[in-house]
Amino acid sequence: MSLAAKDRRLGWGLIAPALIWTAAFFILPFLAMVALSFATMDGREVVRGFDPGNYVRIFSDPTMLGALWNSLEITVVVTVISVLLAYPLAAIIAFRVPARWQRLALLMAVLPFWTSYVVRSYSWLLVLGQNGVVNKALLGLGVIAEPLEIASTRAATVIGFVHFFVMLLTLTIYANLIQLSPNYARAAQDLGASRWQTFTHVILPLTLPGVVTGAFLTFVLCIGDYITPQILGGNTELTLPQLIMLQLGRSGNFPLASALSVVLMAVVTLAYFASSRWLRLDRV
Amino acid sequence: MRVLSYTYLALAYVFVFLPVVVLVVFSFQDGRLPIPPFKGVTLDWYAKVLGDDDLMAALLNSLMVAVVSSLVALVLGFLAAHALARVRLPGSVLMRGVLIAPMAVSYLIIALGLLTVFNSLGIRPSLWATGIGHVVINLPLCFAISYAAMGDHQKAAERAARDLGAAEWQVLALVSAPMLAAPLAAAFFLSVTFSWDEFIIAFLLTRFDVTLPVEIWSMLKSGLSPATNAVGSLVFLVSVTLVILLEIFVFRRAK
Repeated sequence: MSLAAKDRRLGWGLIAPALIWTAAFFILPFLAMVALSFATMDGREVVRGFDPGNYVRIFSDPTMLGALWNSLEITVVVTVISVLLAYPLAAIIAFRVPARWQRLALLMAVLPFWTSYVVRSYSWLLVLGQNGVVNKALLGLGVIAEPLEIASTRAATVIGFVHFFVMLLTLTIYANLIQLSPNYARAAQDLGASRWQTFTHVILPLTLPGVVTGAFLTFVLCIGDYITPQILGGNTELTLPQLIMLQLGRSGNFPLASALSVVLMAVVTLAYFASSRWLRLDRV
Repeated sequence: MRVLSYTYLALAYVFVFLPVVVLVVFSFQDGRLPIPPFKGVTLDWYAKVLGDDDLMAALLNSLMVAVVSSLVALVLGFLAAHALARVRLPGSVLMRGVLIAPMAVSYLIIALGLLTVFNSLGIRPSLWATGIGHVVINLPLCFAISYAAMGDHQKAAERAARDLGAAEWQVLALVSAPMLAAPLAAAFFLSVTFSWDEFIIAFLLTRFDVTLPVEIWSMLKSGLSPATNAVGSLVFLVSVTLVILLEIFVFRRAK
């Protein structure tokens, strides 16, 4: 056997375990779920078949369409706000904070990222609730006469999400900003660019792949999350994951839950193609 | 401009720390509800939480699932990255895509897919099932970090070892892995924290033995309580200690 052929066999041997794991526990389950989405329910029994009825139902039932729409709106709003808040934060840490304090400033800015995800949403409930810290403080200061109803609304969900994703995006955007050589900005300013022009024409385009990658991750994690809308949003305006969990729990309707998941997956895939020009997923 | 920058920075810190501070302060609440007014300091809730057998069992379960699944993900990811970095295989771009793909899929979908397959095979929900799911979500991360860390410098050292008669497993264990110690450790600890904190897969794929996030979730169902604050504060303390140790011993040395 030639050396190249031996090398290749070794290569296959090394990569096989990871590929087999991904095929068995990721690709196969996904296909099984797609197949199940075309099944129907007879009472509490799943009847296998090829019936697009679940999809017809999703796109005609106002509750389901509403959930899809809620999820999309919340996710887009959260992604935009988070990027707009995180970019200046990352830039200030990268360019304003003295070099020796930068790691510390960054570490502090994202420290609560490491709290338990479930507990983080619960903490926001304590802050935003009817008798929460914000309401008590504002009432005490006489800013408001009646407590604000923030908890159990979409605003609470958005605030909880933005809190998490600002930290995530600050990390990814900062990593991009410090990789930029300061020579680009210097060259632009030598050539007569203002600070604003330097930012819009040089810094921003160079960091765009990092920003888009972070925004895409935000989109994926946000639209698929069950905890934050369940704890903070309550049951008033359901999101897609809440609807999926309802189908699993209350009625045991696995086919419909699967169909909803396939729709969720389709939305994420569309987002992927919309941003694929700039995505660098293997360099997160 | 400078004043504006630091004001923004300060406001950002307030926003980021607000829920954590409220969480920790009211874990000491001497009263039944973790909301204002603050009635005084007590450690009762911590005593209650640390004496809760269900919670402690869930904590051990979480730790076990996190460490074992992260080790598996790290080994699989490292070997695959080594193969792709070293040998030119047909279809390597596709394989890289397949290995990264789970990163772009919601955990809920991964969980539901596994639940579907396990149900039809008659496999009961368990910590093992959860561990399998956690390897799926952490494998892309371990692969990507290992792959990004492999450079020419390292290839040269590996080639030298091979020329000197090292078998491939010796090259992997004695040359490649030690040279990549820092990124591999980072990948491992990141995986541990993600698995440790993961909720939806554990929620759908466990039944009687649950992990910590699932146990905390069931505490939430019974309403607001300083006990939940105490658990949350303890988890935060542990995670932050881990992150700071990682910062000092892994990332600082990596530079």
